[in-house]
Amino acid sequence: VTTREVMLKEIREANRRGGVGVASEAAADAAWGEIPRGYTRVGLKDAEARLELLEDRLRDYDAHVVRVGVDEIAGMVGAMLRERGKRRLVVPAGMADGVLPDGFEFVVDDGLSAVEIDGFDGVVSESTLAIAETGTLVLQSVAGQGRRVLSLVPDYHLCLVQASEVVETVPEAMDWIRRRPAFATTFISGPSATADIEMTRIKGVHGPRFLDVIVVTDVG
Amino acid sequence: MSAAHRPLDPKTAPIFPMAARVLVGDTQMRKNVRHATNVIQAKRAKVVAEMPDWQELRESGRRLREHTMAYLDVYLERFERNFTAAGGVVHWARDAEEARRIIVGLVEAAGSDEVIKIKSMTTEEIQLNKALEAAGIAPIETDLAELIIQLGHDQPSHIVVPALHKNRQQIREIFMREMNLPELGESPADLADAARLFLREKFLKVKVGVSGANFLIAETGSVCVVESEGNGRMCLTLPETLITVAGIDKVVPRLQDLEVLLQMLPRSATGERMNPYNSLWRGVDPNGKDGPRAFHVVLMDNARTEVLGDAEGRQTLNCIRCAACQNACPVYRQTGGHAYGSVYAGPIGAILTPQLQRMEYAQSLPYASSLCGACYEVCPVKINIPEVLIHLRNKVVLKAGMTAESVAMKGMAMVFRSERRFRAAQRLGRLAESPLVKKDGEGVGWIGWLPGLLGGWTQVRDLREMPKQTFREWFEKRGGAA
Repeated sequence: VTTREVMLKEIREANRRGGVGVASEAAADAAWGEIPRGYTRVGLKDAEARLELLEDRLRDYDAHVVRVGVDEIAGMVGAMLRERGKRRLVVPAGMADGVLPDGFEFVVDDGLSAVEIDGFDGVVSESTLAIAETGTLVLQSVAGQGRRVLSLVPDYHLCLVQASEVVETVPEAMDWIRRRPAFATTFISGPSATADIEMTRIKGVHGPRFLDVIVVTDVG
Repeated sequence: MSAAHRPLDPKTAPIFPMAARVLVGDTQMRKNVRHATNVIQAKRAKVVAEMPDWQELRESGRRLREHTMAYLDVYLERFERNFTAAGGVVHWARDAEEARRIIVGLVEAAGSDEVIKIKSMTTEEIQLNKALEAAGIAPIETDLAELIIQLGHDQPSHIVVPALHKNRQQIREIFMREMNLPELGESPADLADAARLFLREKFLKVKVGVSGANFLIAETGSVCVVESEGNGRMCLTLPETLITVAGIDKVVPRLQDLEVLLQMLPRSATGERMNPYNSLWRGVDPNGKDGPRAFHVVLMDNARTEVLGDAEGRQTLNCIRCAACQNACPVYRQTGGHAYGSVYAGPIGAILTPQLQRMEYAQSLPYASSLCGACYEVCPVKINIPEVLIHLRNKVVLKAGMTAESVAMKGMAMVFRSERRFRAAQRLGRLAESPLVKKDGEGVGWIGWLPGLLGGWTQVRDLREMPKQTFREWFEKRGGAA
């Protein structure tokens, strides 16, 4: 008898002692559907209010946020990188055309080591979606967003968010993620931080200490 | 504090009132705990008040967790199936010993003599670091609070913020000494910077990571780790081998369920709308480029089924380890976490620890509460902690069998059952108390000392003498019918 079999048997016996009947796959699925979900699943804000909420929440985490039209992206990326004094940046494979400006060195990640990534001034990436209510950027292991290490090891992260991909609530985000599964999904809410010293949120521990966000709208 | 150097172990810890009596004398610690819990409670209150659907979320959270426990075997098997299909390896461990043996064996097989660790109360529960060290493996804590604990040769005192009992000056002293940084500044940013530099090289070179898990998603075989600093992401993505140890209670049926838990956990735990980083991933990258090539999950029971088998106690397993109950608890706020003699302190610790000890140890913990209910109010999954505390007190009494107290209680029940015996006892009481009564300036009698068992009452308060006349006697004297 394996430990696994013993443990599963003990769980079943315990559930019987604890006043719960015998479980089966079908019964579990049926009962799962009965869980009440009276909380807000879909937000009611219009597109503009949603973007304003996202921007407000991101700034609350000390991220720098700007909004630009679709034809101004490269210009704004260049302006932000210049302002931060960043010259040599790593980017994931599969970034959209025309978002990276001239005058900087952009190196496409083709399996760089963590030490190599640590040597860059920062990273520029796209995102899957953003959650307005919590100021969260969601990145997945897909084209334009790349490996998890890219948005982690560099000290600076510039992230592009499409206005059409901003949702208001966490449940809306989970719906989206369920529809587009990827190997890895990362929620990023502001620069890396800690509250371990006297419960004060201090920006910047191991992940990027600086986070810039460009929200891209359809109209300029 | 003498006890702090040894791992917190309910089997050897002093009983709560003894430990608490010593710790409440540490005014610096109490000041730190009070400050930190005040800050965190205010932040929590603000971000919870923003959510008009908070009570609906709590109810869904409670039902979701109850549902998970009722079908725990189904969901664990489902997780195993889907995690294995995604390239991971599941290990089953009945107790702490088995879990430690599996983990040490995996680290040795990976050929590493050091591991980088994410903060995990489960690894604290099983005293994993001690076992790793005994096997010649150096565990490196990477969470800032855990690093403070490790470098300070201290013990965790809080589930979410283990070094909450230390203030910035104390942390600075530890870092200056242990990191050899005589010039270190004392602002929190300086301290965070020191940790960043101290650990960066370790992240880039250590080949094995050890983590806990916040949630294991049965439907997809994914693991979810919630954190702030990015040290978690480093440990999850940079090593070649990742070993995650999780209590069997950490499983969640479906991805959709995270929409409840990921709203409640950060708001309840650190008072943030969302913590900086949540990692959600599925086994091993099929392209072999992103993250560890080997991913092990150790599913550990360690007496959780004991809790599951108790109809009233089992709600304890619904806990998602937010620590809101610790921050709200008037007892924890006075004593800090070490008095509980367990890595799980505060109200949740007072019910979880004795149950995980199969009620053999930590029997004083269910009494470490005034039953005020603040813990229940803030619990995101509505665990009725006061109810479980009373249930466990009952179990402690039953387990103790015949004691002087139980005999006295039986005698009392006999007296209360008969009017004649009750009246006789009242007369006897007035007689017996007379040598103990001292009159105060206004002629009112007080008892300041009672013998034996009863002394517990008069240790912290005086008792008024019994009235010269009972209500019945007064009523009968007036000619009322008895």
